[in-house]
Amino acid sequence: MMGLEAYVFSNIMTAALLAGAWLLVRVVRRQRLWREAAQQLWGRRKLAIIIVGIYLLIGLLDSVAWKGGVPEDSVGVLPNAPLTLIDRVFLGTLEASYSAPFAAVEFYGAMPLQRPGSHLFGTDILGRDVLYLSLKGARVALLIGGLTSLIAIPLALVFGVGAGYFGGRFDDFVFFLISTLASMPGLLLLIALIMAMGRDTLSVCVALGVTSWVGFCRLSRAETLKLRELDYVSAARALGVSELGIIVRHILPNLAHLIVITFVLMFSGLVLSEVVLSWLGIGVDGSWGQMIDGARNELSREPIIWWNIAAAGSALFGLILAVNIVGDGIRDVLDPRTRKSLS
Amino acid sequence: MGAYVIRRLLYGVGVVLGVLFLLFILFFTVTKPDDIARRALGEKAPAEVIEQWKINHGYDRPLWPWQDWDDNLLFDHYRRMLTFDFGLSDADDSPIIDRIAAGMGPSLALTVPLLFFGLVLAIPLSLLVAFFRETYIDRMGVFLCVLAMSVSMLLYIIGAQFLIGKMLRWYPISGFDPTLLMMPRFLAMPLIVGLLAGVGGDVRFYRTVFLEESERDFVRTARAKGASETQIMTRHILRNALIPILTNVVLAIPFLFTGALLLEAFFGIPGLGSITVDAIAANDFSTLRTMVFIGSLLLIVGQIATDLSYGLVDPRVRFE
Repeated sequence: MMGLEAYVFSNIMTAALLAGAWLLVRVVRRQRLWREAAQQLWGRRKLAIIIVGIYLLIGLLDSVAWKGGVPEDSVGVLPNAPLTLIDRVFLGTLEASYSAPFAAVEFYGAMPLQRPGSHLFGTDILGRDVLYLSLKGARVALLIGGLTSLIAIPLALVFGVGAGYFGGRFDDFVFFLISTLASMPGLLLLIALIMAMGRDTLSVCVALGVTSWVGFCRLSRAETLKLRELDYVSAARALGVSELGIIVRHILPNLAHLIVITFVLMFSGLVLSEVVLSWLGIGVDGSWGQMIDGARNELSREPIIWWNIAAAGSALFGLILAVNIVGDGIRDVLDPRTRKSLS
Repeated sequence: MGAYVIRRLLYGVGVVLGVLFLLFILFFTVTKPDDIARRALGEKAPAEVIEQWKINHGYDRPLWPWQDWDDNLLFDHYRRMLTFDFGLSDADDSPIIDRIAAGMGPSLALTVPLLFFGLVLAIPLSLLVAFFRETYIDRMGVFLCVLAMSVSMLLYIIGAQFLIGKMLRWYPISGFDPTLLMMPRFLAMPLIVGLLAGVGGDVRFYRTVFLEESERDFVRTARAKGASETQIMTRHILRNALIPILTNVVLAIPFLFTGALLLEAFFGIPGLGSITVDAIAANDFSTLRTMVFIGSLLLIVGQIATDLSYGLVDPRVRFE
């Protein structure tokens, strides 16, 4: 177990992500171009940004966990289990399936498929609270979309920029690699990867990363090929700036807008692919995809059990829609081609 | 041109070999033959049963050429895939090629109308949105596209089956009938779902293409000499935008054969998509790798066809 318990690792990762976000905000505020882009974006897409923020907050609250502090009389919770903030909110008085602070009394497993009532969104077939599960799903979705793109984009940048800048054998190799990967139908490759590597969360993320870095790699390679020939790059080279220095100072900043756009657009695609994977039985535990998959047969019950799928479906839809709208806005603000027609 | 065609074809062959190597890595080294046998027979199968299963399914040989030059799985994998001798399914020992042949028809029956109606629906819609660019109609249209793209395919399917199939009882919830008369009844719902799920992305893509074309100099010239907006839209913009649209269509053709995975599985259409889904559920690795190979092969052919068709459609393209 790598010497670290899962929850400690999760806490450290959360802290690292927060620190990274803080650094990013500082950079954005310092540079005029980015500051103006951010202001423009905020002006145009306020609601969507707020909604994404709410999802992020829920995910964040669900990522910080610690042990202890569980009341003596709690039912259905291991006394020594690490609990996140979300868990603790629902811990309330009795157990984790509890829609605290709105419910009167409820026991774990006693009321499967309860109509929305004392449980705000009802319960699922195991008697778990649907609101609680939907909130827990936010973290999983953000993990799939966010962490996978945090793996895929640097990978694509290393190969794409390297191939574009240095050319030669390395370029041939990278180009062959990406045309090979791009020749395999995405979903089929994804399935093949997961079937071969096993079905745990990490392999799903790695498989999603492997299948999604190709497009951006191609894009960054093409951009680097263009940027390499620009006068200021030649000037920097003539002045004796090292290759790495040129890449960091002159190439990467010019790719930054593409990185941001790709990150946002990739995110929603990844979360949607995970839903399909969940249905195929190779998804990530606790995701909205699994909730939807688990609930789809219950639509044929009489009376119809709709709240399960409705809650998971709208949580998913809300996140994807908000991210897509923000992504659209980011593209409008940052892409020089569409920028022209706006001003 | 001739030299370019040959080079492009050779590169295609190289990519096919690369895809096969990747498949070998995935299905023979990451998942070893022992793992495949265990998944087929269960975790607690005795060693001799596993050995026998491996012999029966041809997995009992060494993996790499340097272990045994004449009889190894790597060369065997290449030879069999390239000669379309796919062998037997790992799950039920039926010949894979027969199943593929049987699945081709139902897959095409679904995907060809899907592609056709998708174009018929998306191109006029995107022309309309592009015609009214920078107005409320445009903004509304783009918003609706984003809305349609944000719904998971799974939800579309479940929603349609529930609403159209269960509540309204217009069409059967799932199933397939190969006779020509009955087929539309079973294909209607998957078609509606497929169109609904695909149209948003398509309209948005074509709109961008049209908008890019509408900023060209020849459009300004046409407007300056007094051509009407409708004329500009159809004669100048649409015609020039056909190239990226063609690319999109040619690249979609391979997927006609591999089928729409989710649609087929949910609506009980016995096509290639269903075969793939069944193979996943049954841990049928030999079928799965065959399907991935066929899908890749078709995609590679499609990519080559796209590259070559540029020269035919666009006189500005010169091959070096």
